[in-house]
Amino acid sequence: MAKGSIVAGCIAPHPPHLVYAENPPQNEPTSEGGWEQLRWGYERLRESLSKIDHDVLVLLSPHWQTYVGTHFLGLSHFEGLSVDPVFPNLFRYEYNLNIDVELSKAIHDKASNSGLAVKMMENPDFRVDYGTITTGHMVNPAFDKPLVVISSNRSTHYYSVEVMQEMMMELGRVTREAIEESGKKAVILASNSLSHRHFTTETDVPEDMSKEHITSHAMHLWDMRIIDYIRTGQAQRILDEMPEFTEQAIAESDGGGLTWLLSSLSVPDYPGILHGYGTIIGTGNAVVEWPCHVHKGGSQ
Amino acid sequence: MAMSCTQGGLTMNGSIVGSYVVPVHPHPLLVPEKNEGWGRLRAAFDEARDAIKESGADLLIIYSTTWPSIIGHQIQADPNPQWTLVDHDFHDLGSMDYSFNIDAEFAEAWNEANHNRGLQSRTVAYHGFPIDVGSVVALKLLNPDNAIPAVIVSSNVYANRSETTVLAKACLDVIKKTGRKAVAVTAMSMSNRMFTEFIEPSEDRIHSLKDDEWNRKVLEFLEEGRLEDVAQLSRTIHQQIRVQKVVTFKPMWWLSAMNGNRNNLTGRILAYEALHGAGGAVVQLDPTSTGMGDKEYDEDDVEYYKGERNVLSADEDTTISEESITPSAGPALWEPPEGKGAVNSKAAPKPVGMYPHARQVGDLLYLSGVGPRQPGTNAIPGGPIRDDEGNPVEYDIKAQTRAVVENIARILEEAGSSMDKIVDVTSFLVDMDRDFAGYNEVWAETLGHYGPTRTTLAIRALPTPIAVEMKVIAKI
Repeated sequence: MAKGSIVAGCIAPHPPHLVYAENPPQNEPTSEGGWEQLRWGYERLRESLSKIDHDVLVLLSPHWQTYVGTHFLGLSHFEGLSVDPVFPNLFRYEYNLNIDVELSKAIHDKASNSGLAVKMMENPDFRVDYGTITTGHMVNPAFDKPLVVISSNRSTHYYSVEVMQEMMMELGRVTREAIEESGKKAVILASNSLSHRHFTTETDVPEDMSKEHITSHAMHLWDMRIIDYIRTGQAQRILDEMPEFTEQAIAESDGGGLTWLLSSLSVPDYPGILHGYGTIIGTGNAVVEWPCHVHKGGSQ
Repeated sequence: MAMSCTQGGLTMNGSIVGSYVVPVHPHPLLVPEKNEGWGRLRAAFDEARDAIKESGADLLIIYSTTWPSIIGHQIQADPNPQWTLVDHDFHDLGSMDYSFNIDAEFAEAWNEANHNRGLQSRTVAYHGFPIDVGSVVALKLLNPDNAIPAVIVSSNVYANRSETTVLAKACLDVIKKTGRKAVAVTAMSMSNRMFTEFIEPSEDRIHSLKDDEWNRKVLEFLEEGRLEDVAQLSRTIHQQIRVQKVVTFKPMWWLSAMNGNRNNLTGRILAYEALHGAGGAVVQLDPTSTGMGDKEYDEDDVEYYKGERNVLSADEDTTISEESITPSAGPALWEPPEGKGAVNSKAAPKPVGMYPHARQVGDLLYLSGVGPRQPGTNAIPGGPIRDDEGNPVEYDIKAQTRAVVENIARILEEAGSSMDKIVDVTSFLVDMDRDFAGYNEVWAETLGHYGPTRTTLAIRALPTPIAVEMKVIAKI
């Protein structure tokens, strides 16, 4: 069996507004558009990934929050209705997705062997979180490739960003090893925004773009700082500054996805491609791709 | 909280007839037999269920910490939500089918009452809406036959004490208007630190001795009926025994406000046990007075929410200009006069009369009264103490006091003096009871280090809507 590899690693944020704005048949509410900069960014990401052979999407979602260990979806198929508990007016989505249970279990087992607390989720009534579905839809709306879905262990809140980083660096390492041993080509998806301070009001027309902007200058500065590191191949600096970034930008990196992504990519020293940046209800969101497949010494 | 005529603290109509604190984790519902403590929590839920039934309650109101919201508070308004819930962490314990009887009419009325009191809120009524685990556990165990219609409200992640208190008062508006006999329930953990490893049911215990001690102290207060004391300790409790998640110990703010911010309820601890390390308690709070002393109220009683939340208005000029604020926020501003020994600084706010910022006599500098207003904008850090109509509003005395000190420093610098040369300060507070502690804390952090003498006076009012002003004498 040929050695597997990570062919791309992406930051793929999950605000349901993006799905709402696209008016896909799976989503019940309808819109007049909105958040085009980010949606065009996702278009560019999809175009790029369409040219890269891959078998599976491996995703860590901040909205499957687990406080006791890291969990993995452990059944081959899930379908149902997902309603966003925060923005139910925007997201009521009929999902239907498949899980690569074999790869999930392989990552689970390796993580367990390395000392992480892990569990397979095998309850057929489980409703997949809307973060997974939104990112899954924006990257691959046909859902025609299997997913590995990993929960967000909230070790940041229990201990510190530093402890979260240690755990997610290890989870990233075993994720990479399991993929290599599987013989599969995988795309890694960290489903998180950057700065994460929301507005607490919503306009009558949620897609009114005249009202959309970053919540504060400080949040903008942090987003641009992180994006600069991404674009100049300085992933290590993102990890180094993660405690300050997470605290000061109230960043969704608190869920561990970004650290896990960078670790699984062996902390890339080559530039990531910024496909798009935009704000959603005040939060900063970037669609980013690290094209590992063209970089020797990357994750392959 | 009496909404109509009362006798002995009891009311029969338009009132809160009982309050409960219940845990959020699904163990007592799904697997009470696997751990004796979980079984005792289940028995306590059953006892609470019977007591609620006997109370004649006709409405069950759930404030749930496991339903976080961002766009204000959300209120469930689907008359019959149905689904099968699986917990994100404890999915291996089983599934929870639910079908609830929601009082949509009350939910809509509460939402309207929220808006009337200045809150952002909305109702949600969508098929498949994911009702949270805390609400599901509470409603399935406290109201298993759906005999009592229920309402569920979210816990807003950004809400402060003011918003949470006003949320309760809006709810009471509707209870009073509709004459309902309501039971208020907070679905919440005490200490919420769980074990981060998987454990056997037999291994369950409170995560740490420290958490256990804090829990017992909080429960001791509740058993004495001292709900408002617990509410006022909310921030401290959160810092001590809560994982720093987005939803804090704020349900006690809501529950206390639902009970008129009282300290003389009749409390009973029906159970206190560990749930994967977290503190789970079933507490009953009867509105009947125990005869104990009532509250010593050291936080503002908020009637209307006036906080700035409308950050969406990018097209509105949110910069506060001097011209825009002066006419409504106080007297006209003056250019400080020049004269012998006068010291004026462009970095200090303009005076509200014809006087300089300071005057030098010999080697002494006498400052006019200095307030917290900001130079240029006239804005008041920490907020004004009353709105344009003269209604009292929430403000932050610490922020105001810091701004006063900063303005003093600017004037001293202009005069060639400095903070360490201050000899004497006279401070004026418009609300000594409310503000002295906060003012004194900032003093200790700032001016107190330089050792000037100080006199603090309570006065009725200042010319602008500020809470503190200082009169300073310094050496040059």
